[in-house]
Amino acid sequence: MTDALLAITVLWGFVFIYAVMATMDFGAGFWSMIYLNRDRTQATNIANRYLSPTWEVTNTFIVALVVAIYSLFPKATYTLGTILLVPGSMILLLLALRSAFLVFSNIATEYRKPLTYISGISGIIIPGILISVLPITHGHYIDVVDGVANLNLQRLFTSPNEYAFIGFAICSTLFLSSLLLADYSKVSREMDAYKVYLRDARILGPITLAMAFLVMYTLKHEAAWLYSRMLQDLPLLLVSVTFFIMGGLGVFLPSFFEKGVRGMPRLSVITITIQYLIASYVYGKAHLPYIIYPDITIHAAFTDPNSFRAVFTTYIVGFAILFPGFIYFWSLFMKDKKYLRQAAEGKE
Amino acid sequence: MDDVLIARSLFGTTMAFHIIFATIGVGLPLMILTAELLYQKTKNYEYVVMAKRWTKAFAVLLGVGIPTGTIAGVQLSLLWPGFMEVIGRVMPLPFQIEIYAFFVEALFMSIYVYAAERIKPWMRIVSLTLVALGALASAVLITNVHSFQGTPAGFRIENGEIVDVDPWAAFFNPGFGVTALHVALSAYVVGAFIVASVSAYKMLKNKYGSRLYKFHQRALMVSLVMGAIFSFLTAINGHESAQFLHEYQPEKLAAAEGLFETQSHAPLAIGGFTDKETQEVKGAIEIPWALSFLAGNSFETEVVGLNDFPEELWPPLYIHTLFNLMVGIGSLLIFISFSGLIWKKLLKKERFPKFYFLILILSGPLSLIAIEAGWIFACTGRQPWVIYRVLKTAEAATEANNLGVLSILFIIIYFILAVAVVSVLLYYFRKNTVMDDFKRAEEKGLLLYRTND
Ligand code: HDD
Ligand code: HEM
Ligand code: HEM
Repeated sequence: MTDALLAITVLWGFVFIYAVMATMDFGAGFWSMIYLNRDRTQATNIANRYLSPTWEVTNTFIVALVVAIYSLFPKATYTLGTILLVPGSMILLLLALRSAFLVFSNIATEYRKPLTYISGISGIIIPGILISVLPITHGHYIDVVDGVANLNLQRLFTSPNEYAFIGFAICSTLFLSSLLLADYSKVSREMDAYKVYLRDARILGPITLAMAFLVMYTLKHEAAWLYSRMLQDLPLLLVSVTFFIMGGLGVFLPSFFEKGVRGMPRLSVITITIQYLIASYVYGKAHLPYIIYPDITIHAAFTDPNSFRAVFTTYIVGFAILFPGFIYFWSLFMKDKKYLRQAAEGKE
Repeated sequence: MDDVLIARSLFGTTMAFHIIFATIGVGLPLMILTAELLYQKTKNYEYVVMAKRWTKAFAVLLGVGIPTGTIAGVQLSLLWPGFMEVIGRVMPLPFQIEIYAFFVEALFMSIYVYAAERIKPWMRIVSLTLVALGALASAVLITNVHSFQGTPAGFRIENGEIVDVDPWAAFFNPGFGVTALHVALSAYVVGAFIVASVSAYKMLKNKYGSRLYKFHQRALMVSLVMGAIFSFLTAINGHESAQFLHEYQPEKLAAAEGLFETQSHAPLAIGGFTDKETQEVKGAIEIPWALSFLAGNSFETEVVGLNDFPEELWPPLYIHTLFNLMVGIGSLLIFISFSGLIWKKLLKKERFPKFYFLILILSGPLSLIAIEAGWIFACTGRQPWVIYRVLKTAEAATEANNLGVLSILFIIIYFILAVAVVSVLLYYFRKNTVMDDFKRAEEKGLLLYRTND
């Protein structure tokens, strides 16, 4: 494997981890807003219990992602920085509102309602704009004038492909997060909340699948090069659809493991994550070697070899140091059954 | 306004806003840690109440510090793509390592706040120490990039191409040590005086000798000790920073002092405004020979003046005022903290005079003004370079348009966040009085972290 390929693989790994964490994060924020008025079901509390300790960690991933791009592919930074000025700024503005009001809503309890609405709504728009980075890198919305690349906003926002991506991102966010929260509430023995989230997942699953097909369909017309390259991996795409269907079964069938309980959310969370992994692998592979089609390739944009070696070393050292921290964090907030069940066994 | 000017204003505004929360975010954890340790030593639960209340304030401030930092980090690439292209090739390490510091801070902050009751006391101390270290490391590492801008190292430019890249040599650029130390020390100054401000205000509001008065007095004494130590160290190290400028960025020091002619026995100008036409500092108090002594520990030291440089490479001359502001406030803070300690500990006086409280109330905001002045001095004093003698600011700026509208949107968001964060803090501490926390500490046996209401 060449260094550039290794670097883009690392970057792709970051994108994937962030995508999964962010869908959970933004989705949980949205659900905590939707179920704010239903005191009975605890659905909001479940979402908040997941969200409160995790949003900071998730946010750090987006910073890690940006840093990885300019340290691994500095020559792409110039063009990316220029064309992403407007969408990037929109993401930043929404992210600032969302994070701040999320924290505020947990502190100023009397004003929880309006504060949660601000953070929930701004949070659900963010994935839509975040994912727009993908169609932008397909190159069809970029005008090059005097050697300077500029984003043509009008062309971007009149394109069906762009809207298919946006719709897909928002549906995925809601779908994945409702699955995760279903699992989380089941472990927490909050069966009312569990039913609510399971129902949401059932509604959203098919819509998300339809959106994925819509993305492919519009891609065929707007970025045929990418579409045909993706179809070269048709067998993998079919495997991915199979995993999706398995995930669907986990939501609809009665549980194999427990009597009298409908749904196996843990199974669905795992299979759906695998499905996204495969699909995004196919997408990423087809996208190579371009970072931005057709001008910027990973080889041309790659950093200095000395810097790459140094950065890569810090990845390994940093990961080794942080890993125990992540495990400890996980065991305190995701696995500690007593913590998870605190609300079911009487209020704090 | 042309686009470069808008980009500079927008980035400067972002940084000026982020720095408020970031600096408190570095300074306050050390105060919290001190309170926790004092509790372990004295077993007086008032220290836990202090730690809890400061932690709550810290958590709220994080809610703004983190998103504005994210804005700063991403805006660097959006507004200065030419700069980040160089940084990405030569100087990626501090940003990279900073990510790990952010993770450490984020993980252990959540553990300290949301799992406080489920972890052992020693683990609480460990978590808190890691939060403080993580915050400190973020500040030190980002300052490293700033110091690289002033003293670039670890590469050469040949025919416009970057060659011979050595990322570790860039990381350990000559300015790193002094600059990072100055930023760290000054952040602890801010942490201490912010607490001093609030405590002094509360002592004025409460009856002398009441339980609350004593509680706030205890907090005040902690902050005065910390404030005295760190303001003193900051000044010593600030002196080193100035000597450092003398060596590496002489035109910045010359502009800071309004010195035009190169000379030995150079005078130090305090106050006043630099006049370009007459080449003097109008209305300043001049201390003969002092600048030479400050720059090189000897009156013989030759200090380079602005006239040795072409005028288009001069930094803006108003940085003289910014420098004075920082040094003036620094000296004042040393005086305030030491006089308070002498009054209480040496002279053994029972009560502080009222005007002393009034000065203390101002000390927190003043320390923040010093931070702002110091940074704007450091960044603006580097102009016209974004990387000293390598890359001009104008060459590094984005070529996209739309900057004007975006700037307005960002400023609106900062305004909303500023109003909201102050309201939330006021609301929270009005609803959760110190007395409530005392009661919780007594009833629940110190389990008072997760209680929001
Ligand atoms: C509480 C805040 C505070 C206080 C009291 C001081 N400083 Fe400072 N100073 C800073 C906060 C700061 C800063 C904001 O943190 C800066 C901006 C950039 C940097 O590295 O630190 C800074 C920069 C800075 C620089 C420029 C470094 C550069 O451009 O690279 C010098 C020469 C000094 N300081 C000198 C001093 C002196 C002689 C002080 C005497 C009391 C002093 N500072 C007090
Ligand atoms: C946190 C406090 C800071 C403040 C208040 C601040 C303020 C400013 C201001 C006012 C400018 C515009 C300068 C001018 O055009 O006259 C600027 C520019 C800049 N600063 Fe800072 N700055 C801070 C910290 C930093 C740090 C830590 C870095 C290092 C990453 C940095 C990097 C830059 C860059 C790259 C520019 C743009 C290019 C330039 O004008 O030189 N700043 N900053
Ligand atoms: C000397 C000036 C600076 C100091 C002392 C500082 C310190 C900090 C600290 C302590 C935090 C943690 C949050 C908090 O406690 O508020 C933070 C957050 C952040 N800062 Fe700054 N910072 C400075 C300048 C900058 C600059 C110039 C950038 C841009 C390159 C930046 C990027 C960030 C980012 C991206 C975060 C969010 C990290 C996360 O998501 O967890 N900071 N900063």
